[in-house]
Amino acid sequence: MTHCAMLPLLGDDEREFALGDYEGTVARWCPGCGDHSVLTAVEKLLVAEQLKPEQTVFVSGIGCSSRFPHYLKTYGFHGLHGRALPVATGVKLHRPDLEVFVVMGDGDCCSIGAAHWIHAIRYNIHMVAMLLDNSIYGLTKKQTSPTTPQGFKTNTQPFGSFLPPLNPLTTTLGTTNVSFVAQTAEWVPAHLYATLRAAYRHQGFSFVRILQRCPMYTQGIYEEAVRNPGMIELLVHDDGVVAPELDKIYRNRATHDPSDLDSARRLAEDSTHIRLGLFYRNETRARYDLLRKAPKVTSSERIALLNEELDHYAV
Amino acid sequence: MTAVALPVELRAAPTVLRRPEHTIEIVSDAGEGAQKCGQIFGAVSAKMGNGVWTVEIIPAEIQPPPRMAEGASGNRIRFGTGPITNGGDETNLIIAFNEQVLLGRHRLGALASDAIILLENSWATNSNPDIRTAWDKALAELSAQSYRIIEVPMEQQCLTIDENPRKGKNMFALGLLAYIYDRSLERIEEQIAYAFRKKSEEVYQRNVALLRLGLEWAAANLDFRIEVPTHPPTEALVVMNGNEALGMGALASGMELCAMYPITPATSVSHYLAEVFSKFGGILHQAEDEIAAVGVAIGASYSGKVAFTITSGPGFALKTEFIGLAVITEIPLVVIDVQRGGPSTGLPTKVEQSDLLAALFAEPGDAPRVVIAPATIEECFHAVITARQIAETFRTVVIILSDANLSTGVQPFPRPQLKKEWLAPELDLAPVKQGQRPYEWDPRTGTSTRSIPGQPGGMFTVTGLSHDEGSKVAYGAGVHQRATTMRSRKLAVLQQTLLRPAINGDQDGDLLVVGWGSTKGAIEEAVERARAEGIRASSVHLTFLSPLQPGLKEIFSRFRKVMTVEINYSDQPGDPFVTEENRRRGQLAMLLRAQTLCDVDCWTRVPGEPLRPGLIHKAIRDAVLTLTGARP
Repeated sequence: MTHCAMLPLLGDDEREFALGDYEGTVARWCPGCGDHSVLTAVEKLLVAEQLKPEQTVFVSGIGCSSRFPHYLKTYGFHGLHGRALPVATGVKLHRPDLEVFVVMGDGDCCSIGAAHWIHAIRYNIHMVAMLLDNSIYGLTKKQTSPTTPQGFKTNTQPFGSFLPPLNPLTTTLGTTNVSFVAQTAEWVPAHLYATLRAAYRHQGFSFVRILQRCPMYTQGIYEEAVRNPGMIELLVHDDGVVAPELDKIYRNRATHDPSDLDSARRLAEDSTHIRLGLFYRNETRARYDLLRKAPKVTSSERIALLNEELDHYAV
Repeated sequence: MTAVALPVELRAAPTVLRRPEHTIEIVSDAGEGAQKCGQIFGAVSAKMGNGVWTVEIIPAEIQPPPRMAEGASGNRIRFGTGPITNGGDETNLIIAFNEQVLLGRHRLGALASDAIILLENSWATNSNPDIRTAWDKALAELSAQSYRIIEVPMEQQCLTIDENPRKGKNMFALGLLAYIYDRSLERIEEQIAYAFRKKSEEVYQRNVALLRLGLEWAAANLDFRIEVPTHPPTEALVVMNGNEALGMGALASGMELCAMYPITPATSVSHYLAEVFSKFGGILHQAEDEIAAVGVAIGASYSGKVAFTITSGPGFALKTEFIGLAVITEIPLVVIDVQRGGPSTGLPTKVEQSDLLAALFAEPGDAPRVVIAPATIEECFHAVITARQIAETFRTVVIILSDANLSTGVQPFPRPQLKKEWLAPELDLAPVKQGQRPYEWDPRTGTSTRSIPGQPGGMFTVTGLSHDEGSKVAYGAGVHQRATTMRSRKLAVLQQTLLRPAINGDQDGDLLVVGWGSTKGAIEEAVERARAEGIRASSVHLTFLSPLQPGLKEIFSRFRKVMTVEINYSDQPGDPFVTEENRRRGQLAMLLRAQTLCDVDCWTRVPGEPLRPGLIHKAIRDAVLTLTGARP
């Protein structure tokens, strides 16, 4: 990097971004909310990867976690409940040069926006999609979400949630053309960061489920797992999420090759442990954004082409 | 140009009927190709110098059971020596591939009392006795009318060339028409080549052979021909349907992304774009649903050039929430709604103008947007260019209301002289001016400059929450009042730039008919007919529905009565329980009453077909007679 004291502004390629370059307004989430951890990890990733703030877009839906883009100083799109993925798809199709991150809650992604979720996996457009899963509707005050544990009492199912929770990992891993599926937890910051880094570096649609506690309503659901690392099994592999600093705390480990989809599905289905790590990665999957890459066409070329079109319809 | 030279001995001496215009139909079971036959005939007639308007006759199913009166599929082509602006009234000549689809058209009142019928007669001798009985009954019903019925052994003839005559009758029928109306074989063969460009040479040759067979049969057996004089066009023309014109308008506007979900009758816009858009640097994205389609378009628009989505009523309903988001975030967006009959699934293939109020108002909260309605195929082309420009200039949503009549209607129009300024400019990713906020509303006009991702210094988060100039979430009522005012002000500014609508006919009189969208040609023709009878009627046709064009109240004041003519529902005065107080009126009538405080009446129908000029003419006559005290 060359600095020139004569120039008041650094050239485009010479800018160096620090944490402050990415920080937006002060986060208004509750103290103890897992969203804070995710924001911290994301900011760390932005600094580490030196993403240009103006080239980076965070798209979210509606819910507590969807306030995320407001707390960053990149471009942001805080849209509709459940509809972050279509907006992100539009951004990336029209502007493949932009770095796109999607932030969704469990209601957003797995309930009202479930159709988009399934299809976004299949499109496999290059972006990072984070599911901030606290197993509850928080912003609207404690209603059952698709990932609420069975029997958990909420304001809409006060005698306990009727059905077993939807498993976002098996859903994702069961979808045609899936290319990256990982799970991490907000209370293991090193793992969270390493997972997001792997997701960012993956060429394709990276789906990361982040297990979270809502301090108001679901603080208890992972309480035991937070206190007892033995309940957690880390999926480890040289091609997986690599976080050596966790070696001494999380001794319960399983070697899993992320190119093995059958094994990934078995591990995702099995509920004897909470598993963190990279379940699946495949960079050879078809990518809709690459298949649909449009050529650059000048105005004169457009007019010439349209005149040819009109010739077909000429009287 | 003349038809192929025939051996002299084959020529009887046909009577040549000379007509200023004629309306024909070709109807078959779905899948027998009557539509292709009609499309080619329409295109060739336009190219030869006739005014043309084509309407598709489409059943709701792809392949309904055969030989059903309600399963008729085909085309209706009205063509004449002068310009033709609408589908007209009754059909003068019809080719039917079976007697049941013919019966269907007869029972709908589609045929003129002296219509000439060319009817496939193989059914009369079908091996199935039920079919023979049905034939006899149908022929008895039809023979009681004053039609001229000519039986044509279409199947028997086609079998001499093709073992599956079901697939070849349409070209035989085209041959009949080529003879009757003396159409250029050369041009027909060009059209056949284009229609079958993706098929083999053998397919083309077989179709041409069938065409010539039909022509020769007609020459040997028909005792009449009909001459609708052509006049070579004096300017360069193009001929296409409304959906193709919308697609081409999109190309001419420079938009680069269209996201859609299949829905009749809008989908064929995307069929056209799917073939050509990528050459123009565009992407046609078929989304997983209607909601995703508009979301993808908004995401693209937010990050660059204005994008668009195409839909019809039910899809429009699903897009409502996202359209509101585009309004509050001031992301430019073009939404094309090719209207069909509603509510709900309604009449998927039939015309209606029932989405006007939905286009204007369907939204929670105050969500002002621009609504424009092309009235002709040509206007479909230009509407998209205009819509993109308005959307970008005013950071707003522009809704284009086309309909099923325009979507499949084919009409020649002057070839557009393309302009570079129609095209969306290249993205400017220059740094945003220091201190410029995301919604730097000009307090007078409500307009502001948008920044897009990639522009250094412009980073902000758009939000569907109420927000201030800085896109900061508003927690105070004052901000919401100001922001809502600014979004609304843009429509007032746009309105001030619009022209007063032109009056068709005298500048004052007894009756002013007000219309919008695809009914223009039929209304103006009806007004002409009424004026020829001495009735003091005029008409205006509105292109802008939101904002409304200026001067309406003043124009209305010059007529004793103002009445909208629309293809949507209104209660009929005098119907049980219907009073002046509770009467539900046509959609434009409601809007005009609210906006002008004038006592605007309406004459509206939902027949599932374009309004016929003859019916509008009668409505005009009745309205004026009532007004002048004479009973209609």
